[in-house]
Amino acid sequence: MLNIFCPHCGETRSEEEFHAHGQAHIVRPENPAECSDEEWGDYIFFRDNPRGIHHELWVHSGGCRKFFNATRHTVTYEIYETYKIGEKPSVTEASVAAAKASAQGVTA
Amino acid sequence: MQRYSGFGLFKHAFSHHENWQRMWRNPTPKPVYDVIIVGGGGHGLATAYYLAKVFGVKNVAVVEKGWLGGGNTARNTTIVRSNYLWDESAQLYEHAMKLWEGLSQDLNYNVMFSQRGVYNLCHTLQDMRDSERRVSANRLNGVDGELLDARQVAEEIPYLDCSKNTRYPIMGSTVQRRGGVARHDAVAWGYARAADALGVDLLQQTEVTGFRKENGVVIGVETNRGFIGGKRVGVVTAGNSGHMAKLAGFRLPLESHPLQALVSEPIKPVIDSVIMSNAVHGYISQSDKGDLVIGAGIDGWNGYGQRGSYPTIEHTLQAIVEMFPVLSRVRMNRQWGGIVDTSPDACPIISKTPVPNLFFNCGWGTGGFKATPGSGHVFAASLAKGEMHPLAKPFAMDRFHTGALIDEHGAAAVAH
Ligand SMILES: Cc1cc2nc3c(=O)[nH]c(=O)nc-3n(C[C@H](O)[C@H](O)[C@H](O)COP(=O)(O)OP(=O)(O)OC[C@H]3O[C@@H](n4cnc5c(N)ncnc54)[C@H](O)[C@@H]3O)c2cc1C
Ligand SMILES: [Zn+2]
Repeated sequence: MLNIFCPHCGETRSEEEFHAHGQAHIVRPENPAECSDEEWGDYIFFRDNPRGIHHELWVHSGGCRKFFNATRHTVTYEIYETYKIGEKPSVTEASVAAAKASAQGVTA
Repeated sequence: MQRYSGFGLFKHAFSHHENWQRMWRNPTPKPVYDVIIVGGGGHGLATAYYLAKVFGVKNVAVVEKGWLGGGNTARNTTIVRSNYLWDESAQLYEHAMKLWEGLSQDLNYNVMFSQRGVYNLCHTLQDMRDSERRVSANRLNGVDGELLDARQVAEEIPYLDCSKNTRYPIMGSTVQRRGGVARHDAVAWGYARAADALGVDLLQQTEVTGFRKENGVVIGVETNRGFIGGKRVGVVTAGNSGHMAKLAGFRLPLESHPLQALVSEPIKPVIDSVIMSNAVHGYISQSDKGDLVIGAGIDGWNGYGQRGSYPTIEHTLQAIVEMFPVLSRVRMNRQWGGIVDTSPDACPIISKTPVPNLFFNCGWGTGGFKATPGSGHVFAASLAKGEMHPLAKPFAMDRFHTGALIDEHGAAAVAH
């Protein structure tokens, strides 16, 4: 069971109140008519699907009904943060890798 | 390979069943193979078997990071049917069905294929219309199917609540009488044993960590046991396929999700067929041991953790109790999850890739067990010739750029 902090409600609520909508930060092409089939197919169908850190779109469907983003690990399922649409994530694959490297540096 | 037979069973009883031959060898990797299959699930093992048996390619390795069949093959609810709506998928799954029908004999291994019939219930007028259309399409494709009304359903499935008092009353059902279930472990083991006997090397505990390329062409795989050369490489890694594609340097239109199943304590026979409902979203059958085998939909978020969450289980059991109130007090024994690779049109990707000599067979998502023999057969043909088998061609990955999707999502009896 995931417990998810809704940045709009300011509360941690259980998973049943939410719906996942897949990868976040996907930008719709400015001019769809000018896209090649390749570009349009990539936009519609291709997702990163990483094994690790994932930035994803959620909606608090059984609550305030607003959309927000979350940074979650797809193997441990740990949620690092949730943030509002338009904001940037503070935890990224690079930041986690850097933190891991410096932690190893300290102990070595 | 020692052949199994009734007489053999009798003979081995005299030595307390302690002298059975090992089912397969545990070989050390050769430096180079004609074909490397990555992923020792049912589809990978079937591919290796048909390569050796039908297409004469015997210098083959199956590289598996864990143990054979430990992925979705041994985690699924074993429903087998071929009543898909579109021509391309109906032909592919029916190809598999025909192979299922002779599989135990072919492999000399009892895969316990039981054609007990698969029902897809209809709860709305739209369900009825879609089902009528699907049954008609199935028949045109030579796939058996019947449409039943509520009274016929009540007669055939006595414990099913077909009254008008339910929240989503049952209006009818389709039935594919050639559909049914098979024993999933036996399918993996049967293919593994038969492939091994034909000289295929089954390399367990060997994880592929990268692909080695020369001038852009794949020449083998990097593993935790070192480099293994391969003239052609076929990747059949289900939920991990997106990750494998990344290692190979391209993207696939797949998302990995947990899909859960659960079994009850063993009880006396109550359900002698497979019953699925899309509308209330649950499906159920009963194993020969007596446990009820239950499953439903994926967890909505991406995940690789081989476990799902409780709301999905609750939702599934609500559906089961809605259909079978008689089961409301049966206790559940075990629950688990597998990682399924869902594609945008709910159809597999059996395809060449941007990397020459590297082929992928994935995207089977929540419903690939039923296709195991057919998938293995067409993929083996493609790997042997270097050209996609005609039944596989429509399932190429470029359909997500050309737009030639095979949209089984809402159309087929969907799911599993
Ligand atoms: C709960 C559940 C219920 C289902 N119910 C049904 C059903 O009723 N009917 C139906 O038709 N289908 C069903 N399915 C779907 C079905 O199980 C799959 O489509 C099918 O088993 C896929 O087979 P496979 O051989 O491709 O994959 P798998 O059996 O998952 O095999 C892939 C293998 O690849 C290995 N692998 C991964 N990465 C690497 C690596 N880097 N190196 C080496 N090896 C690697 C894995 O360890 C694994 O053994 C269900 C699935 C689940 C999870
Ligand atoms: Zn909220």
